[in-house]
Amino acid sequence: MKTGRDPFPYLLLVPALLLVGLIAAWPIIETFRLSFTNASMRPTQEYVGMENYTKFFNRDFWPVITRTLIWTTLSVSLKLIIGLLGAVLLNAAVPGRALFRVLIMPPWVVPIAVGCFMWAWLYNGQFGMISGLGQRIGLFSGPFEFLAYKQAAFISTVVTDVWIGTPLVALYLLAAMQTVPTDLYEAAWTDGASRFYRFRRITLPLLMPSIATMALLSTIWTFNSFDIIWILTEGGPRGSTTTMIIDTYRTAISRFRYGEGAARAVMILICLSVLSAVYLLMLLRLTRKGRAR
Amino acid sequence: MINRYRWWEYLLIYAGMTLFLVFMLAPFVEAFMVSLRPLNEVFRVPYRFIAEGMSFENYVTIWTAQPMLLRWIMNSFGIAVAVTILSMFCSVPAAYAFARFEFKLRGSILAVFLVVSMVGAAVLIIPLYKLMLAAGLLNSYAAMIVPGAAFTVPAGIFLMRSYFMRIPAELEEAAYVDGASRLYTMRRVILPLAVPGMVVVAVTTFITAYAQQFLFALTFNSKNELNPLPVGLFQFFGHETVRWNEIMAASLVGVLPVLVLYVFLQRFIVAGLTAGAVKE
Repeated sequence: MKTGRDPFPYLLLVPALLLVGLIAAWPIIETFRLSFTNASMRPTQEYVGMENYTKFFNRDFWPVITRTLIWTTLSVSLKLIIGLLGAVLLNAAVPGRALFRVLIMPPWVVPIAVGCFMWAWLYNGQFGMISGLGQRIGLFSGPFEFLAYKQAAFISTVVTDVWIGTPLVALYLLAAMQTVPTDLYEAAWTDGASRFYRFRRITLPLLMPSIATMALLSTIWTFNSFDIIWILTEGGPRGSTTTMIIDTYRTAISRFRYGEGAARAVMILICLSVLSAVYLLMLLRLTRKGRAR
Repeated sequence: MINRYRWWEYLLIYAGMTLFLVFMLAPFVEAFMVSLRPLNEVFRVPYRFIAEGMSFENYVTIWTAQPMLLRWIMNSFGIAVAVTILSMFCSVPAAYAFARFEFKLRGSILAVFLVVSMVGAAVLIIPLYKLMLAAGLLNSYAAMIVPGAAFTVPAGIFLMRSYFMRIPAELEEAAYVDGASRLYTMRRVILPLAVPGMVVVAVTTFITAYAQQFLFALTFNSKNELNPLPVGLFQFFGHETVRWNEIMAASLVGVLPVLVLYVFLQRFIVAGLTAGAVKE
């Protein structure tokens, strides 16, 4: 509908623009400004140029960003692999699949924090279930405190993140799978193509755009993940689970160094904008392809 | 016939499903078992899945052991409801504008919402903290509701927009021909038709708001009586002895309402979550 200079659509946008502008858009700009200051609890602040950035680069930029990238890549890959396998199972025409679809969602439904409490207990070394059962079958020789060792804590936080993120991936891929026209399968079946062959040659290629979309969205969400690590380890032991977000929060909120924290947040924003740019380009290409068809 | 499986295929499918479900549900099962154990059985070596003296006693005693519990659960609900209302108040009209009108900056404004939806709240915590401080909103419900709503608005807009786009534009044109104003047409013609879509958006927003109330409460609130359940319970972590049985009982009581809601409304929730996957 053409409206020319009609103010009506703008009026409709006012509440959303006000709220999102104030709470999300303005803070993005303010974060950039703060990153060049020595803002802290003191009422005064001065511009300090690139000092916050050089400090960050000289000290812990590389270990933190490498850790964040490994954590994110590992978690997203696991979510996609398990999610795709889950979607294939959910799509199988067997009795009980409706129930199965309902039962996989609780990790996504319950508050993230509550999910983390449950995992914190499972990871408990002396009294927890994983350590207890592991000792019984001879996997561990004694109590194993999952969140007390660097690598174990790293893996444990990834596992919990995968647990929370996988249901959504599975559900999304299932929805995409169900849009594949059944006559394609029937034609292939008539030609004697095996189930696996049909999956590899029909389902997977048609699913690729959805997998790519989910991979990028999941990467962005995982990159932004705060609650899980903060509740399970607060970034420890000895910094082994300190991702960029955790590092920013600790610097700014726990140690009140707003300027330094903001510089770290800017680095996150840069990473996120690269990811979003890729996502936008992909969306554009997909819609163009869709129109061409 | 195409869907007929051989016996080993059935076996494989059910084995896979079982494995998947064990991973997804084991934490809930163990949390439930812990909530039934008396404290001395919780801290018992070696670990036993089925302990002695299991009972529902913890579910009775938590309310007196932690008098704030009911308050926290009510806070969680109240905050999530308020977030949903505020978020819908912003996203529904905006989505209608994007779905139906051509106007200058339309693409750019939509892009702003898309970009904002990529940035997690934790990244922006510094200016948000300063904003809450300046507005005098620290230690208030508003400090948890307003940012909570803002970060759910973009997703709401995108979802709601696709519902509006499915309503035929002829309806509005007919109303305009009859001399109805734009506002009247929106309220009386379009919104009633968009109710199913609004239910989907409301339910997904509510679940998201309920699931994610940790960061803002942790950072902006230090009044225990205003805390939502997750932060209320989080305080007990890191103490010498964590009373795991009570924490799990309280957690399960707190999540039971959303789980029930999910089971009843799962059809809407699934529709909302997968809207992007299904091409129109």
